[in-house]
Amino acid sequence: MSTELTHAAYDSKIEGNIIFTQLDAAMNWMRKNSLWPMPMGLACCAIELMATASSRFDIARFGAEVMRFSPRQADVMIVAGTVTYKMALAVKRIWDQMPEPKWCIAMGACASSGGMYRSYAVLQGIDRLIPVDVYISGCPPRPEALIEGFMRLQRKIQGEQSFLAQKKELVEALRE
Amino acid sequence: MTAAETAAALQEKFPGAVLSVTEFRGETSLTLTPASLVPVMTYCQGELAFDLLLDISSVDNMGEDPRYVLVYELYSLSTKIHLRIKTTTSEEEPAVPTVSHLWPTADWHEREVYDMMGIKFTGHPDLRRILMWEGYPYYPLRKEFPLGGLPSDMPDVAFTGTAPLEGGPFVTSAGATDRVRAEPRAKGEK
Repeated sequence: MSTELTHAAYDSKIEGNIIFTQLDAAMNWMRKNSLWPMPMGLACCAIELMATASSRFDIARFGAEVMRFSPRQADVMIVAGTVTYKMALAVKRIWDQMPEPKWCIAMGACASSGGMYRSYAVLQGIDRLIPVDVYISGCPPRPEALIEGFMRLQRKIQGEQSFLAQKKELVEALRE
Repeated sequence: MTAAETAAALQEKFPGAVLSVTEFRGETSLTLTPASLVPVMTYCQGELAFDLLLDISSVDNMGEDPRYVLVYELYSLSTKIHLRIKTTTSEEEPAVPTVSHLWPTADWHEREVYDMMGIKFTGHPDLRRILMWEGYPYYPLRKEFPLGGLPSDMPDVAFTGTAPLEGGPFVTSAGATDRVRAEPRAKGEK
């Protein structure tokens, strides 16, 4: 008995090349596996950030090895270190120059809350200026912690309504 | 020649300029009148070969008169003598003459003292703030300045806020007799 399917639309040549999914899921999958970081290295956390990018820990496994020193090409800003008030508006400006969609990781105690610097000179957490998606504890966090934060960000991106965020007017017009 | 002999020689060379000489654990400190600072420093740099100015720092003795003490750390690479020279300046008009024409390194040291303590250096070629930005309204190392800072705003340059200090690990009790009693743990704070 022959097992060959005889469907009009079926073409065995392209069978493996088609998947059915939701648009959001596809967009999010592409975005989360190609996050280009903007390395905002401000203190000792930047050393751990560099270690994370290097061969032993290798964030290329997560598609994030392309450190972009131009904010125009970056997707995720990793604020690694103590944000002084003198630096704060520069960080904000670079964040503003990054195109949407963009995310922010506050790496370490200082970027998250000012850390041990309860001081006249230090911004008490970068979330006072820019929205933060993932906070990573540690002083400084080990590369494993940064990778964990990265994977959490990937999980967050996978759950986003990307198409709605990008084409809000179109979606609303279609709904009417 | 030792540091103590150098101090004695200075006392002899500049009568009335040296207010006191103290010895502590092998370190010699001289306190000068403000007016004699530049002549004595010029002599030290030239005749006594103190070719290295290690540091300039300032002390705020709030409540005393004169309020501020300037501390200059001199070292001679040829004679290997370390000499500490101090002078004072008042609260009303905190200013001392510059020594940046004697040691170029004094330029940035004096800018730091000006930035942090608000003491002006007369004759300084470029007296701007060095750590904080131009327009920041306070001098953060003065005693009346709170540890957590004060709010300020310079549009498009920088802003500051007040840091929360409740229960923080570094808030010690003023006036405690020793460091153990001054620590937050002594108050039962965790």
